[in-house]
Amino acid sequence: MLKKITNIGDCGITCDFGDEVNKSTNMEVIKLFNFIQNSVKTRKLKGILNYTPSYNKLIINFELGQIKSQEIIEFIKSSDYSKIKLTENKKIIEIPICYDEEFALDIKRLETKTKLNFKDIVLKHLETNFFVYMIGFVPGQPFLGDLNERLYHDRLDTPRVKINKGSVGIVEKFCTIYTFESPGGWNIIGRTPFELFNINKKNISILSPGDTVKFKSITKKEFGSFKNE
Amino acid sequence: MNNYFKVLRPGINSTFQDLGRFGLQHLGIVASGCMDQLTFCTSNKLVGNKISEGALEFAYQGPLIEHVGETVLVAISGKVNFNIIKKNDEIIKGKPNESFLISNGEKIDILSTINSVYGYFSIFGGFKIEEVKGSVSTLVKAKIGPNNGDKLKVGDKIFFNKSHQEDKTNKIQFDFDKDNIIRVMKGLQIHYFSKKSQEDFFSKEYKVTKLTDRMGMRLEGQKLENIVNKNIKSEGITKGSIQVPGDGQPIILLSDHPTIGGYPKIANVITADYDKLVQKIPGTTIKFKLVDLPVAEKAFQEYVRKF
Repeated sequence: MLKKITNIGDCGITCDFGDEVNKSTNMEVIKLFNFIQNSVKTRKLKGILNYTPSYNKLIINFELGQIKSQEIIEFIKSSDYSKIKLTENKKIIEIPICYDEEFALDIKRLETKTKLNFKDIVLKHLETNFFVYMIGFVPGQPFLGDLNERLYHDRLDTPRVKINKGSVGIVEKFCTIYTFESPGGWNIIGRTPFELFNINKKNISILSPGDTVKFKSITKKEFGSFKNE
Repeated sequence: MNNYFKVLRPGINSTFQDLGRFGLQHLGIVASGCMDQLTFCTSNKLVGNKISEGALEFAYQGPLIEHVGETVLVAISGKVNFNIIKKNDEIIKGKPNESFLISNGEKIDILSTINSVYGYFSIFGGFKIEEVKGSVSTLVKAKIGPNNGDKLKVGDKIFFNKSHQEDKTNKIQFDFDKDNIIRVMKGLQIHYFSKKSQEDFFSKEYKVTKLTDRMGMRLEGQKLENIVNKNIKSEGITKGSIQVPGDGQPIILLSDHPTIGGYPKIANVITADYDKLVQKIPGTTIKFKLVDLPVAEKAFQEYVRKF
């Protein structure tokens, strides 16, 4: 449920759905996000510059001088977006992952911490249907959940200076895929050759908030010969 | 005929920008766009372009470029020290905020911005650069935008669309706001900070540090004490948000900010004061003044009148 709407500065509002980070809260966020996105596309709502869903909030940025925050707030309050069904345009995407030790930098430590062996960790990761909570920080980076509880683990004490593009990492109940080479503190368990983000394509991001991700194990050889379309 | 500028020296951080790339923040793509909108639009106005036409933004030291082809009208806006080098190597001191003609073989040497950070270079009819998802803004860290999403490099050629022989130049009176007061509204997590820290934030001076770029401006001053939690659940970020990480020193998120972040935000810079803020050079001390939405909206109305 939408708990409250607050101004952020003079050209943004935040729609707050409460403090819980779980799939049902996030689905409420994504419903409102879809509704706003459609309202912008069909020109029912003008002057909107960006909309950014996260675990439990939707932030909307607008062009000052085109629309006032109060108008957007009233637009949201007077509409019945919560009836939107999320199943219609949501995709299930299979992402290849290679768990070879060259890529799975933290799996040995996870074996010790979780008291699971390599095979069990991989199995638990593969059997999960991941929900795309949000995308961002850098272009195309998805935040997926929820991991099997046995795999819950803290962030690295000292983040790595460089994590390769395509690396798959886990922290707490979340899983992410690095879409750019960057620093990072997630526990790396594998790597995908699949390009999730390409600004030059019509569909620049394979994933959207609300989609489902299923990982598929591939060998190092398959990793090497993988071709993105 | 091919008309272009050859880049002999790229400058520190010279990128093509316009007013920004919108509608993609939910996929992790920040709007980017020019840092100082008024100065950006001024350079376009000087050459008779629509104010949103793509221009070259430079920071501190700009490029040294040589003109090849037909004569064209150009302008440099901001507080900028630059020279025009004639074919016979005669050096003429350039005048910013005034358009001028430039001809084959002449060079423009943008030496430095004066007591400010950003300046803009515009050309009549615009640059011949490719739009990416509706914008020519450059986001270097994700390689998004024209010029392969990169800064200018030595040897690059900057092509432009039209020639312009008519000697009809234009001048705009221009100066930056000199005061160092930045107006802000309360941030979403202002209550995460102790009463004393809230008072400190709105009364003490904060120094702009060298760790400042298009992504953010790190400040240094009275440490802000977080009494709730040093992290929040990651949430969408708005340009001008002032976040405070665990070390208690504020960071103002600027045009190339990450799209989501997990630090509490104490305040947000109002739109009318953003241009003034980004032009503050490292070492400058600024002070924050708390205002409410009606004041910010009124300030915005005054700000747009300058365009």
